[in-house]
Amino acid sequence: MQLARAANPMNFLEKTLAGFFRLVEHALDAEDIAKTRGFLQCLDPRIKFVGIAGLVVATAMVHKLWTIGMIFAVALALGAASRVSPLLLGKRVWVPVLLFTGVIALPAPFVTPGRVVCHLPGLGWPLTAQGLMSASYLVARVETAATLTVLLILSTPWIHVLKALRVLHVPALVVVIIGMAYRYIFLLLDNARDMLESRRSRMVGEMAGADYRRLAAASVGVLLSRTVHLGGEVYSAMLARGFEGEVYLLDDFRTRALDWIMLGFFAALAAAAIYYGK
Amino acid sequence: MGNNQNPLPLPVFEVREVTYRYRRVTALDDLSLSIPRGKRIALLGANGSGKSTLLRVLDGLAHPEKGTVTFCGEPLSEETLQNSEFSRRFRRRVGLVFQNPDVQLFCPTVFDEVAFGPLQLHWPRERVKDAVEKMLEVMKIPHLKDRSPHHLSIGEKKRVALASILVVDPEVLLLDEPTAALDPRSASQMIDFLVGLRGEGKTVVTAIHDLDIVQDIADQCIVFQTGKVAAQGSPDEILAQPSLLQQTSLLHAHRHIHGAGITHSHPHLHSHKHNPGEFEK
Repeated sequence: MQLARAANPMNFLEKTLAGFFRLVEHALDAEDIAKTRGFLQCLDPRIKFVGIAGLVVATAMVHKLWTIGMIFAVALALGAASRVSPLLLGKRVWVPVLLFTGVIALPAPFVTPGRVVCHLPGLGWPLTAQGLMSASYLVARVETAATLTVLLILSTPWIHVLKALRVLHVPALVVVIIGMAYRYIFLLLDNARDMLESRRSRMVGEMAGADYRRLAAASVGVLLSRTVHLGGEVYSAMLARGFEGEVYLLDDFRTRALDWIMLGFFAALAAAAIYYGK
Repeated sequence: MGNNQNPLPLPVFEVREVTYRYRRVTALDDLSLSIPRGKRIALLGANGSGKSTLLRVLDGLAHPEKGTVTFCGEPLSEETLQNSEFSRRFRRRVGLVFQNPDVQLFCPTVFDEVAFGPLQLHWPRERVKDAVEKMLEVMKIPHLKDRSPHHLSIGEKKRVALASILVVDPEVLLLDEPTAALDPRSASQMIDFLVGLRGEGKTVVTAIHDLDIVQDIADQCIVFQTGKVAAQGSPDEILAQPSLLQQTSLLHAHRHIHGAGITHSHPHLHSHKHNPGEFEK
């Protein structure tokens, strides 16, 4: 599912849309990974959900870099045992997260008061040790938490994630909204692609910036209106087949000894990280 | 495809003085009609005539602002559908196939999609698995079972959508433009399926505007115009009224059925030859 490239470089809207299409492809790949035989794939989704959530909370609470590093190392090991390659994690998580949080963390070394370790060549701005440490914590925390979360999603079929949420007493309405959003995004993107391709097929030459922005804003409005309608249709189709807010699966979740061992491991790791990382 | 439910009493649906509006647009205007049990009904009408809205009303997805709808003598309303027991019984007996299969397919795989309905109706797991396998075979799509519905062709999506409804063996089947957007081969397969429903004892309500297949798929026709019933009758009776079909935008003046005794009343070009005297009585 790719947008045909125009003769001119893609504009912002089309680039964004192309990025979303890649995301959809990734979502579909995730279902394939979830079906492979790997360590995390074998665990009961409820245990996996609770265990990984515990590690994410611990990652957010600790104040020592080595403890975050320890959790990150465990995440790497879990990924390797679950047939999720570091290359995939690098492309999907580490580089995008580094870029995103890097932008947020970038001012910290310059604006945080503390011991100056060096000055930025050319501009002469001082970099403080405390600022560098703050930026490192932010990036390390987000990278680790994102890695754990992506591992959970990659190793669990989407329908199991929804079911696990219900088992963990997340309200049915919230689960319905999450489930709908997953389906909704596909329809939204299909609509957006059709609209953009149809527009491009009727355009000759380049459009002026102001005109382009006006058209983009109008397109967003129309797209929103269409997708609200489609979202309603999807929900109607679910109701028509007896949906009452509950998620049912062909196979019930079953916990085995390994699940309880892993839950103990996740809990011990989170507790140790919080204790030693204070 | 039999089932052990008690047979539905006559009529299946009773629509009385129903009005439904989308903001300022009136989709159903003081509409009254009955859907008898075991009949195959074609809802004929141009785009926007109210066919799809009626199907949604009959499936309890849209509730009229005025008038009443009953299903087997019981009121069909928001309140009654809040009752889990009634809702489950209703959903078990009535299935709606949407015009746009994309809105109907929301599970990660085709197998999950077809299993969704039976699971919602609390069927035992083994029964669900058996029913899904069997339905995929019946619809000739077992090879698609692990595919994502999102990646299927429109014809395949329609088949999956139909399978996902038929798997619970509903006694009443509501079909919204089942051949819309299908290529000739897929459309032909769909028509074969609809023709095959004859003698199954099911009540089938099909919203359609393709007059070519009406005689094959329906015992009775209801012609819609601006949310009202313009005419009712057997397919032969309805198709024998070109002025009615033209008035309800189902037939263009240039269209005619050769050999049925309908003469040309206007000059136009043909891409085929007429035999001498073909249209003379």
